[in-house]
Amino acid sequence: MSESIVIRGATVVNPDAITLADVLIIDGVIAAVGGSLQADLELDGTGCYLSSGFVDLHTHLREPGKEEAETIESGSRAAALGGYTAVVAMPNTDPAQDNVETVRFVREQGIAAGLCEVVPSGCITIGRLGKQLVPYARLVEEGVTLFTDDGTGVQDAQLMQRALMLGKLLGITMAQHCEVASLTTGAVMHDGECCSSMGVPGWPSIAEEQMVRRDIDLVRVTGAKMHFLHLSTAGSVDLVRAAKAEGLPITAEVTPHHLALQDELLRGFDPVFKVNPPLRTAADIDALKLGIADGTIDAVATDHAPHAGHTKEQPLDAAPPGMLGLETALGVLNTAVTVSPQQIASLMSWAPARIAEVSQRHGRPIAVGEPANIAVWDTSTVWTVSRDHLSSKSRNTPFHGMDLRGRVRHTIFNGELVVRDGKALK
Amino acid sequence: MKHLLSSHDLSVDEIVGILDVADHMAEINTRSLPKVPALRGKTIASVFFEDSTRTRLSFETAAKRLSADVMTFMASSSSLNKGESLRDTIETLSAMGVDAMVIRHKSSGVPLTMTQWTDAVVINAGDGWHQHPTQGLLDAYTVTREFGTKDSLSGRSIAIVGDIKHSRVARSNIDIFRRLGAHVVVVAPPALLPKNIESWGVEVRNTIDDVVGEVDALYMLRMQLERMDSSIVPKLTEYCALYSLTPERAARMGSGAILMHPGPINRGVELIVDPTDVPGSRILKQVTNGVNVRMAVLFTLLGSGATTVLQQGGES
Repeated sequence: MSESIVIRGATVVNPDAITLADVLIIDGVIAAVGGSLQADLELDGTGCYLSSGFVDLHTHLREPGKEEAETIESGSRAAALGGYTAVVAMPNTDPAQDNVETVRFVREQGIAAGLCEVVPSGCITIGRLGKQLVPYARLVEEGVTLFTDDGTGVQDAQLMQRALMLGKLLGITMAQHCEVASLTTGAVMHDGECCSSMGVPGWPSIAEEQMVRRDIDLVRVTGAKMHFLHLSTAGSVDLVRAAKAEGLPITAEVTPHHLALQDELLRGFDPVFKVNPPLRTAADIDALKLGIADGTIDAVATDHAPHAGHTKEQPLDAAPPGMLGLETALGVLNTAVTVSPQQIASLMSWAPARIAEVSQRHGRPIAVGEPANIAVWDTSTVWTVSRDHLSSKSRNTPFHGMDLRGRVRHTIFNGELVVRDGKALK
Repeated sequence: MKHLLSSHDLSVDEIVGILDVADHMAEINTRSLPKVPALRGKTIASVFFEDSTRTRLSFETAAKRLSADVMTFMASSSSLNKGESLRDTIETLSAMGVDAMVIRHKSSGVPLTMTQWTDAVVINAGDGWHQHPTQGLLDAYTVTREFGTKDSLSGRSIAIVGDIKHSRVARSNIDIFRRLGAHVVVVAPPALLPKNIESWGVEVRNTIDDVVGEVDALYMLRMQLERMDSSIVPKLTEYCALYSLTPERAARMGSGAILMHPGPINRGVELIVDPTDVPGSRILKQVTNGVNVRMAVLFTLLGSGATTVLQQGGES
C-alpha cells in the first residue's frame, strides 16, 4: 500500500460545482472528498483550485530523433510542472509515429519516466509526406485514437477524404494542421503590415482558412470526427463556429501563445517568436477569445515545441518555428484571457481528455473512486518566467521575462505526487 | 546612433547631417591625393554573405580613403562551407578586434541579430528584402544635390518602378525620400507590391506610362529574372510592355527629370533603353556618390566627430 495523501484547503473544481474540500488519495484513487481527512502526507492547497490533471492535446517531445532538444523524460517533467497528467505526443519524430514500433517506444518511454501519461498520436500519412495513408487499424490496436500529420497539413483533398472515411469506420479522430502549403512557401510570419515592412515572406490567414473550409466540407461528406489543431485566425473561428452550429463532429484548440502574443513581437527579428501557425493580430486574438467564451474553441493546447539553442540562433527565415509551452500554459491562459476556474479546467482537462479519448483516466470528476490524476493550481500567484529556470531541455520560451498570473502548485499522477510546491519530485 | 541597421534608425536631422558630411567627402575625392587620416588605426571588416560588386567595393574604397584598415570576408571562401554557424563566424571575426562590420546577408534582420554577438559597429549593406540604408542615403544625396535642394525633397516627385515587394532598396529609399518631403509613387506588377502598401504613404500607379512624363526622378529597380519562373508576371514581354523603360518612354521624361537605378542593371528587362542615351541618367553618378556617402557614414559612426580632420592630407 502506497503512502496516502491529503490535499487540504483547496477549492475543488467539478463541472457541476466548485466547493472547498479536502481530498484524500489512497492507492491511486480518490478515497474521500470532504472535511478533516487524515493521511500520511499532507499537502497545502490553501488559495488553490484542485481539478483533474491537465491534458495537452499537442506536445512535441522530440524523442525519438531530436533528443538534444527534448526527451520524453524532460518533456514529461515539464508537463508535470505545468499540471499535466497526460500529454498527446505529436508524431513528427524521426522515425515518425506511423508504425507500431515507434508508437510503443514513445508510450514505454513515457511509462519509464513516470511523470505523466504519454499518449502517442499517429500520422495520417506515411512519414507525414502526404502521399500514402498509414494502416490505422494496427495503430488503433496499440491504443492510438488521434491521428495527425502535424507540422504540415494533408494537402491532397482526395487523400484526406479517404483518411476521414477510414476514421469514421474505426471511430478515430483526424487532427489537422491547417495550412495550404502553396500559400506559405518560405513564410516567416503573419502576412500583415509588420511583415511587409520587415521584408520577410508572409504567412497569410487564408492559408489556414482554406484548409479549415475544405476539411469542414470533408467532414460533412464523411461524417468522421475531426479536430482542428492550433487555430490562429478570426476567419477560422468563424468557420468552426458555423460548422458546429450545423452539428458536425468537429472540435478545435488554440494555443496559449496565440491568445497572448501578436505579430508585432517579430519586429526585432527574434526567432523565439517564430511559430507555425504564426502569431497574428489583435483582431485575431479577440476572435480566439470570443471562440473560447462561446464554446467554439474546445481546448487550449500548448504546441510545446522545443528547439535546441543553436537552431534558434539563426536568421529569422532559417530558424525553425516553435515555442515551449507546457510550463507556462496555465499562467498564460489565465493572464491573457478572462476565464473562470471551471473554464480553465474544461479547456485544459475535461475537453482535451474527451478529444484524446483518455477520459477513462483523465479529465474525470473529483469524486470518490475516481483515478487520482490531479492538478492543484492557483490563479493569483504572479511569477516571472525565466528561460533559465524551465525544466525543458530547450530554452525557447517567448514568455521569458514576462509576468504571469497563475501557477501550478502540486501535480498527482496515478496517485503519486510528482510535483510538490512547484518542484518536480523526480 | 551606434549602428546603421535601417533607414528608420536615422532621424531627418541625422540624414541631413550625413549628407552634409558627404559634401566634405566629395571634395576630398576631387583632390589629387584623395585620402585623409580620419579613421587611421580603425579596422573595418566587410562581411559579405551574398554576392556584391558595387556595394562592397564602394565601402572598401570609402574605408581606405579614410585610412582605415580593411579586411574582407567572403562567404564563398569561408568556413561557412565547413558548417560554421553565423554566430560563430561573427564572434570569430569580432575576436580579431574589428571596429566595424559592414554586412550583407540574404536574410532580413541579420545585421540587427548580430549586434548581440559583437561589440563592433554594425553597418547594414543590405539584408534580404528588408533594408539597404546606405543605398537610401546615397540616392537621397544624388537627388538632393541634383535638384540643389540640400535638406529637402519637398515638392519633388519620385517614381520607383519594379519589384517593390522583394526590394530592400525600395524599403530604405521610400522611407528616406518621404521623410525628406518627396512625393513617392510606386509602380509594380500586383504580385510584386507588398501587402499593406497603402500604409507606406506612397501613391500606387499601374504602369510606367502613368508616371514617366510626370515625375522628377524615375527610379528603376532591378527585375530578377528568376521571379519570372513563378508566374509573378506571365512572361518577360508582358513585364516589359508595362514596366520597362524603352527609348520611346525615355523620350517622354520631363526636361530636367533624372533616371536612377541601384544596379546591377538587367539590360533588356527593366532598361530597354541604353542609359548612356538618356541625358538625365545619373546611374554612374549614384556610384560615385556612393563612395562619398559611405565615407560619410563610416566617419559619422567611427570618427572623432570633428570634421577638421578632413582638412588634413592623408599619407600615401
